[in-house]
Amino acid sequence: MAADNLIEIKDVDYWYDKRRAILSGIDMVIPRGKVVAIMGISGSGKTTLLRLIGGVMKARKGEVRVDGQLVSDLDTAGIYKLRSRMGMLFQFGALFTDMTVFDNVAFQMREHTNLPERMIRDLVYLKLNAVGLRGAHRLMPSELSGGMARRVALARAIALDPMLMLYDEPFTGLDPISLGVIRNLIRSLNDALGATSIVVTHDVQEALELVDYVYYMSDGKVVAHGTPQEMLANDEPLVHQFVYGEADGPVPFQYPSRNYGEDLKLGARHG
Amino acid sequence: MAERAVFSVRKLGHTTSDIVIRLGYAVRFIVLTLMHSGTSFRRFGLIIRELYYTGVQSLIIILVSGLFVGMVLGLQGYETLQTYGSESALGVLVALSLVRELGPVVAGLLFASRAGSAITAEIGLMKATEQLSAMEMMAVDPIARVVAPRFWAGFISMPLLAAMFSAMGIFGGYLVGVVLIGVDEGSFWSQMQNAVDFREDIVNGVIKSVVFGFAVTWIALFQGYDAPPTAEGVSGATTRTVVTSSLAILGLDFLLTSFMFRGV
Repeated sequence: MAADNLIEIKDVDYWYDKRRAILSGIDMVIPRGKVVAIMGISGSGKTTLLRLIGGVMKARKGEVRVDGQLVSDLDTAGIYKLRSRMGMLFQFGALFTDMTVFDNVAFQMREHTNLPERMIRDLVYLKLNAVGLRGAHRLMPSELSGGMARRVALARAIALDPMLMLYDEPFTGLDPISLGVIRNLIRSLNDALGATSIVVTHDVQEALELVDYVYYMSDGKVVAHGTPQEMLANDEPLVHQFVYGEADGPVPFQYPSRNYGEDLKLGARHG
Repeated sequence: MAERAVFSVRKLGHTTSDIVIRLGYAVRFIVLTLMHSGTSFRRFGLIIRELYYTGVQSLIIILVSGLFVGMVLGLQGYETLQTYGSESALGVLVALSLVRELGPVVAGLLFASRAGSAITAEIGLMKATEQLSAMEMMAVDPIARVVAPRFWAGFISMPLLAAMFSAMGIFGGYLVGVVLIGVDEGSFWSQMQNAVDFREDIVNGVIKSVVFGFAVTWIALFQGYDAPPTAEGVSGATTRTVVTSSLAILGLDFLLTSFMFRGV
């Protein structure tokens, strides 16, 4: 049933240069309430897909529907209205460096609501408490560790209780403890808020432990999808190489190059 | 040979179209900034905060430079004027030089290198660290929230800073001319009052500083917003801000002067 899917992507193409497609023929559904991973190696088009869902860019062909609305039909005001119901966690947090942790979390509340400052304070503490950083509300972003910054950014992203959470590489560059904390928060916040989450990542173990469903992308196409168990058992060579982290396979270890012997001029010496 | 000529023409065409496109972007950018300025005026606190960073924090360099420029004018002016026995006109020389030219121009150049470069670097880094993208994803327009308050702060600060530069310069000229060298204090001030015309000199100087403020802030904001999101991109944009703003100030100054003081 269509209403059960928060996001429906049908036959979407995207390109900057027509000769080189970034995305081609993408079909995807994201059911409500689920945590879904979009995985793939760098350059496979994951982040571009996230941008199409957020309305930052429009699909060249095909449909992207979020909560029943066709994103490409929306004007700027419509896109902004849709985005006010989304939260996004950026790869390195993207906290506003000229504001304290408190002001970062309060930012959207102050911009989009007329709530009195006292209520904003209570809500900010609530959100910061959810990520375990209520005590850090006075600090500036420069005083936070990478993991703490990511948690503050998460608190900021959930400030207005979004229906959809987008995570762009949430695990990159984190120590194991912070990584575990973020992973647990993604799941618990999704379930507590009744939201739907999309996690763009290439961290296999973290993602497979966390999510309900996985889409695997390669070279701008969805090459496999299924539950984490199905992905682990998938024998498609591309997926197998990725899931088990093998250096060589369908994705070659070497960047395309001339014959090694030719580069070392071995032929010239012997010939 | 023919191939090389075709290549050169193509390169020239590419550079020209690139410049025209960027100019188009810059004009579109300033139009958007002006159109989205409503938020800044409804929440004037946003402008006040930027006034502190661009205006108040530029005060020291402006005041100290103004003092020294005025002192040098006092020394040089006295040297020349005394040759003709008209050292009592020192006040006029110092005041007119500052109010008509040096105040707006030197304050503009200092403003470009102090506040302009800071604006470019800040916005460029906000872009490089995805803060502007984050704002857009939070359904907040960065042009309205980040760019417009900075534009108005620069636009308001610049004429005030130029006025303070001139005032400080006149004080510097007084210190050297009257206190140090001993030019008659009465003639220093009275000749200045007689010769400096409010409409012709002071208003024209203020108009210049308003135009320079507009140009410098526009250039600084656009360079920051348009900077490639890398360390190299931001550093290049900061340099371009200082170079382009300085050239714009000097070029505009010539244009404005030629319109304002046509032999009157």
